[in-house]
Amino acid sequence: MLRLDCLRSVYSELEHCLVVTIMGAVAAELHSLGHRPNYFYLQHAMGLASSTGLGLALCLPEQTVIVFDGDGSLLMNLGALSTMARYRPRNLVHVVFDNESLLSVGGFPTATSTGTDLEGIARAAGIPRAVTVRGVEDFRTAICDAVHGSELTTIVAKVEAAGPSGYVTDLSLLENRFQFRRHIQSLKKA
Amino acid sequence: MPVSLTNSKLIYETLKECDIRLVSALPETWLVHLIRMTDEDPEMTLIRLAKEEEAVGISAGAHFAGVKSAMLMQNHGFLASINGIVSFAHLYKIPLLMLISYRGTFGERDPWQTQGGNVTEPLLRALSIPYFFLDQVEPVKKRIRQAQTLAESSLQPVAVLLTRDLMWEE
Repeated sequence: MLRLDCLRSVYSELEHCLVVTIMGAVAAELHSLGHRPNYFYLQHAMGLASSTGLGLALCLPEQTVIVFDGDGSLLMNLGALSTMARYRPRNLVHVVFDNESLLSVGGFPTATSTGTDLEGIARAAGIPRAVTVRGVEDFRTAICDAVHGSELTTIVAKVEAAGPSGYVTDLSLLENRFQFRRHIQSLKKA
Repeated sequence: MPVSLTNSKLIYETLKECDIRLVSALPETWLVHLIRMTDEDPEMTLIRLAKEEEAVGISAGAHFAGVKSAMLMQNHGFLASINGIVSFAHLYKIPLLMLISYRGTFGERDPWQTQGGNVTEPLLRALSIPYFFLDQVEPVKKRIRQAQTLAESSLQPVAVLLTRDLMWEE
């Protein structure tokens, strides 16, 4: 399963969500499908995409927030799972693209390649729903269920360690950040 | 427990007056009253962290959502947050109001706090984070308000160091 195919399969669902991604391939691939003002790409600070999603979800209970995390990033901030589980916002969907690799720095294997089970960790941390998917159709179904459901969900998507040739996009970090905040403020006024 | 309830109340009231509505915290002795007051206040969201760096992401999310937030942590928690501060708050110009209990300085009895006390200010300076000490009651309200104003106008982290003289009653 390719991450890009997963993202493409849910692209239409993302239009009405607030989306936070980690850096690297996830950000570049989502951007390549077409940027929208409701997407924020956290191009560094590995581990904090989930925390950012938690802050957004708790402050904006009427909005659905989707975080596209990765195995390398989540492993840097496993405690975030326990914090998310503690407050378990119903409007937060936590997706982990698990390619068992730190792809953007040369493909070094992460601990999920030697047996660490992120779905199991999420469940044991207290995340109410945690699933692992291995096919694009299952991925799409899991996202739709979580977006339209009412429980904090972690979806671990096992994907191939493959990505784009480059990671820099033509969207500057600050432009993205100010556009994202302005978009949210416009939703609050609407 | 000789943590000053009076001064904790003063700090808490100021946070409320600054429209702070979300506080991320990791417990530490000097902050117990502040955390309890946040927890008991229905107008406030308290997020208890596993590690302080999470608060950088949470405060960024709150800022995007238009909610003013504060971080309550010990100086060792500030040390644990530095990558988040640099590669999120500085990189993306995120305002952070950091209230940091300043352990490990003059009068510190716990040996394990003392190294952190030595490096807190040099690190704040190295990171170009504006900071101010609170060691007396009189300037508390004004300085916290000013810190929050600066964080919001400059879109950067600002630190207020809560000292033993303010937080502890011997």
